Amino acid sequence: MSEGFAVIKDKDIKASSRGIDAIKDAFTKAKEEKRSAFIPFITAGDPNILISEELILALSDAGADIIELGVPFSDPVADGPTIQASSQRALKNGITPEDVLTLVRKVREKGCMTPIVLMGYYNPVLQYGLSRFAEKMVEVGADGTIIADLPIEEAHEWRRIASINGLANIFLVAPTTPISRARFIAEASTGFLYYVSVTGITGARTELPEHLQEALRQVKAVSPVPVGVGFGISTPEQVKMLSRIADGIIVGSAIIRVIQRHVTEKDIGFEVNPNLVEDVKKFISELVKAI
Amino acid sequence: MTTTTKKRCGKKAADGRFGPYGGRFVPETLMPALMELEEAYFFYKKDPEFKKELAAILKDYVGRPTPLYEAKRLGEALGGIRVFLKREDLTHTGAHKINNTVGQVLLAKRMGKTRIIAETGAGQHGVATATAAALMGLSCEVYMGRKDTVRQAMNVFRMELSGARVIPVDSGTKTLKDAINEALRDWVTNVRNTHYVIGSVVGPHPYPIMVRDFQSVIGKETKSQIKKVIGKMPDIVIACVGGGSNAMGIFSGFVNEEAVKLIGVEAAGKGLDTDFHSATLCVGSPGVLHGTMSYLLQDKWGQIKGAHSVAPGLDYPGVGPEHSMFKDTGRVKYVAVDDEEALEGFKLLSQTEGIIPALESAHAVAYLKKIAPELKKGTSVVINLSGRGDKDVSTVAQIFKEKKNE
Repeated sequence: MSEGFAVIKDKDIKASSRGIDAIKDAFTKAKEEKRSAFIPFITAGDPNILISEELILALSDAGADIIELGVPFSDPVADGPTIQASSQRALKNGITPEDVLTLVRKVREKGCMTPIVLMGYYNPVLQYGLSRFAEKMVEVGADGTIIADLPIEEAHEWRRIASINGLANIFLVAPTTPISRARFIAEASTGFLYYVSVTGITGARTELPEHLQEALRQVKAVSPVPVGVGFGISTPEQVKMLSRIADGIIVGSAIIRVIQRHVTEKDIGFEVNPNLVEDVKKFISELVKAI
Repeated sequence: MTTTTKKRCGKKAADGRFGPYGGRFVPETLMPALMELEEAYFFYKKDPEFKKELAAILKDYVGRPTPLYEAKRLGEALGGIRVFLKREDLTHTGAHKINNTVGQVLLAKRMGKTRIIAETGAGQHGVATATAAALMGLSCEVYMGRKDTVRQAMNVFRMELSGARVIPVDSGTKTLKDAINEALRDWVTNVRNTHYVIGSVVGPHPYPIMVRDFQSVIGKETKSQIKKVIGKMPDIVIACVGGGSNAMGIFSGFVNEEAVKLIGVEAAGKGLDTDFHSATLCVGSPGVLHGTMSYLLQDKWGQIKGAHSVAPGLDYPGVGPEHSMFKDTGRVKYVAVDDEEALEGFKLLSQTEGIIPALESAHAVAYLKKIAPELKKGTSVVINLSGRGDKDVSTVAQIFKEKKNE
């Protein structure tokens, strides 16, 4: 709340178009190229913080338009086994929200300009201090948040703080959300709106719901911001199918599965196969090609 | 929330807030279901047919009203005070948990849900849910931490006998906290046909209010029973607090009786200065877990810590939002007794009265023993004896055996 940070914010946004503007730009660019924006997810600190840094740079290189960076939490109720395990690995490495912010700072220092959205749960942000967290996000060059357990009714304070800091606050809409409520949520969402493709938790699925395309069209019709779709999307075929309708396509668990295959748990820390970053990059390139 | 619901409720915390606590911090997928549940609950709460059916079940099936028994030998042993035990241990399935589960399952049935899920720690809430589901012919699945399925094998078998499926949870700490996570994930996935029976005054709105209301039968009965016996309100009411449903149940009858001192007893486990306790209100700090804002056991980064108690039903790193408010306002005094003291309470009640309490309830007895020397002769105290100790007998036998060998 100090006067000082407002100055930092203005300078930062002007200098490099960060926050909501950076996300808007990413969608505009994809639209101009007549394709969906591609939005991969990884957990910060899985399998370790140095590899996360390499992964962010690799995702950016391979054509990610926006990167979702998971802030690990001990009790991730919206996540399936794959992302739960990923969070657990990060927590075992002692990763804190402070480390996640530092990671963003590092990739910005290395020249990565891709918008980064922090995805996680409310309590770690609350304990950090809402204002302090937002100020720090601006300072390191993070652009927005997706907080899985912060529905619109509970989000007044965070929306206010995100807004004065120019950060995107991305809400989720689910298949169970009535369309009138979806409109209300979409109007409050900044940057983009996250459409949850399945009634359920995160995790790669072989089949997506039958009526997904129709549901997505309905949500898009009421949303003033671009609509990204995520949960369960794991193959180039699914990406291809959705790329005709969605403004953005989010892939999480399928990427984490590639990471997981390269990691062996040891008594202290994890042993990591040296091909990890290369293999993730390969997988991402296949998905990007399908868009 | 809709305005009609607000009008229907018209009572404090209609929006699910208890001061800064409570609320609804859940994935969007669940929001419509919580609104539907809220709407249905506040409707049926006043529906004469629903009330009649629930009252009949509480009387003929659960065995209410439960007695308020004066424990005279215990009172003498504690220096001449008058101790009254609210005998929730005498309900069907042996703990207060059943008051809530029959209410919620009946509600779920009215809402057209066909499947019931629940979490359980000690297994008492799981047994009570499985029982209610069997009574009303709904399918039931219960999430239980892998560690607890081993510690409480008898309750696993009781649930299975009642036709429920017990699903062991291997994530995280493998105890109650993670069983709730898993039940929430199930609910997110199957929300259209499933009702999640939460077992305590925790979770997103409307659960803390709804569970308190279903448990408030304890407080109502106690209030009229004690009046009949001593002609006035008691001086003190004591209950143990894990999530806090039995405490909320009995306190709700006395919250507006300002002269009655209310005491909630948490589990100090191996000591408040260790990492092995469940004294959320005594030493925790406010945060968000399992859909609600309340006191929590957490580290400085907001990661939730594991909880410990010899009493598995108190083993939870959160607590009800209304208790959190009562802590701040000072209406209820929250204290903690450790595992050793609880075991002493367990022995004391068994020996003086021939009543073996649940280890959870033994915490309330233990705290009374602790403060008894300071109480005036004739002071009247009500203890909510929330459950019976059959489930704990083998655990306690094991502990006493180890002590002998030390």
